[in-house]
Amino acid sequence: MTIEAHYDTALTTHAEGPERIMRVLVIEDDAETASYIAKGLGESGYAVDIANDGKDGLLMAVGEDYDIAVVDRMLPGLDGLSLVETLRRTGKHTPILFLSALGGVDDRVKGLRSGGDDYLVKPFAFSELLARIEALLRRRGNAAVETLLREGDLEMDVLARIVRRGGEQIPLQPREFKLLEYLLRHAGQVVTRTMLLEHVWGYHFDPQTNVIDVHISRLRQKVDRGYDQPLLHTVRGAGYMLRASS
Amino acid sequence: MLDGRQLLRSSIFRIALIYLCLFSASVLVLGGIIYWITVGSLTRQIDATIDAEITGLAEQFDQRGLLGLIRAIQRRSDQTPDQRGLYLLTDRNYAPLAGNLTRWPDIKPSDEGWITFPIGEASGEGGGIDFGRGRVFDLGGWYHLLVGHDIRERLFVSQMIRESMAIGVAIVIGLSLIGGVLMSRTLRRQIDAINRTSREIMAGDLARRVPIAGSGDEFDQLAGNLNAMLDKIEQLLAGVRQVSDNIAHDLRSPLTRLRSRLELTLLQDSGSEAYRLAIENTIAEADKLLQTFNALLDIAQAEAGAARRDFEPIDLAALLDDVAELYEPAAEERGLGFEATKQGAVEIPGDRELLFQALANLVDNALKFAPEGGQVSVALSFDQARVRLCVSDNGPGIPAEYRDKVRQRFYRLEASRSTPGSGLGLSLVAAVVELHGGRLELGDNEPGLKATLDLPR
Repeated sequence: MTIEAHYDTALTTHAEGPERIMRVLVIEDDAETASYIAKGLGESGYAVDIANDGKDGLLMAVGEDYDIAVVDRMLPGLDGLSLVETLRRTGKHTPILFLSALGGVDDRVKGLRSGGDDYLVKPFAFSELLARIEALLRRRGNAAVETLLREGDLEMDVLARIVRRGGEQIPLQPREFKLLEYLLRHAGQVVTRTMLLEHVWGYHFDPQTNVIDVHISRLRQKVDRGYDQPLLHTVRGAGYMLRASS
Repeated sequence: MLDGRQLLRSSIFRIALIYLCLFSASVLVLGGIIYWITVGSLTRQIDATIDAEITGLAEQFDQRGLLGLIRAIQRRSDQTPDQRGLYLLTDRNYAPLAGNLTRWPDIKPSDEGWITFPIGEASGEGGGIDFGRGRVFDLGGWYHLLVGHDIRERLFVSQMIRESMAIGVAIVIGLSLIGGVLMSRTLRRQIDAINRTSREIMAGDLARRVPIAGSGDEFDQLAGNLNAMLDKIEQLLAGVRQVSDNIAHDLRSPLTRLRSRLELTLLQDSGSEAYRLAIENTIAEADKLLQTFNALLDIAQAEAGAARRDFEPIDLAALLDDVAELYEPAAEERGLGFEATKQGAVEIPGDRELLFQALANLVDNALKFAPEGGQVSVALSFDQARVRLCVSDNGPGIPAEYRDKVRQRFYRLEASRSTPGSGLGLSLVAAVVELHGGRLELGDNEPGLKATLDLPR
């Protein structure tokens, strides 16, 4: 089953019912990129503010309560790393997603060490940005790590390493278990292939072939086969989503 | 030609001058030693002769008394003048009684009775004053006896040594000057050739090379190294040129496609399914472009070598397991056998992400090209010095003549044009391996490709 990725409808976070509108601060000096992000996020149901340089961005991030900030690394006035370090020193824990043209491993490590929560390299696909923003917002939502995960009739006991669907136990390989755990923790959100590769396998790269798809289809064989309601959906042009359709 | 000022500025000539001083000094020292030894031995010889004469005369005096002594003195004095023996016997007032000296010398003898004295105008060749060396005795307070020897010979020898030293130094200076000029001129010519070549290269003629004389000397080695460096630079420049050509070709054509597709889309009814489809295809095309672009950036970063600063020990067996675990299902889906073997655990300093990506690219290729029902294997082996990560398939392989070309960016074999890929995979692998100080070997798996990352431990 395939879900089309429509960026003009709130796809994920709001699927669980009416919530307050999430506020996003975009700190980006390139006006076109900033308005592209703002437009896309606006159409996905977010309220977006834009800061064009580092100093303004810091003032806004400190002065108001945003749910998440998207920060370019190379900014006029105050660079992204210093901005986030300063922000963290003021005691603000706003989730930070770095956007950067610097894509080396050490750049990524520096970004995360300064207090960033995720790192996305330019150029990027909007679907990737959206998926990562939603993952960060979700992570903040349940700060305490749950050990019992549930979506529809699928249950996972993370500590006992047991997965059941409709009461029936599903045997999984360790990697399949990890994959399903990540999908369950982000149930109702789009997760991209690179996010899976990053969090389930621990590598950052862009696979040329459909390796991740094959792992997903194996998992789907075990989780969805023989059940009326499929849980594991492919979101075309973006990635995957685990969701019990209601 | 060199004028005087150029000659002095030439460091080779300055070195020749320093050698000249050193050689002259050694000639002087050598001469001094010869002088000291020769004159010393002549003096000892003369002293020994005098002692022997004294012994002889003392015997005469003992056996025959004063008269015998006088007779012996007279006999010896009358012998051929070459003997150069000097004798004088005087009474207590130094009035001569016998001998070939006319008067007793005024010079005070040393404690042992040795004395060096003038013996008047030289009789023979050269002129000047002759000197004699002798020993004086007091015979019972009544007579004085002087037995000596002409030392003209010794003086002559020492003068000869002094003269030959002067001539020697003059010759050394002369030869060194000539040699220095010749040497600096020869070396200058060779250096001029290098300078000329580099000026021509700076002027834009990159094909120029420093001439090699063929003698295998230091200049040939220098020229050889310079030429090798120039080859490398030319090759890099060609690489850069090729990359920009390729970017022009491989990025411009998809961009053109993208643009024309958007233009055509504009003509469509914006609500239609075809419109949506066209937009989706355009996005997919743009994603592919982004992927190519990111791959180019990755290669550039690996080639720049900046990641080397952040190297940490990498467990290659675990890395191989990760790659195998990630790709095994994909292989199975394609109906390919997949096998991962490892000799054991081994660590090398490296960049985990880049090594993983290099290995993943190779496996990706192998999966792409292995035939239906084929076999893909990854293997880790090592010895004392090297670690080898080997990925092999039994697909069509790469003909030997293309094995260098496929490492170039965007190069794709005709046979693989229809398969998906950017033509950057192997370039990235090669760049990553070089970053780790190793090399990418592409061999024949008979049939198929056997790609090996050969890394130093």
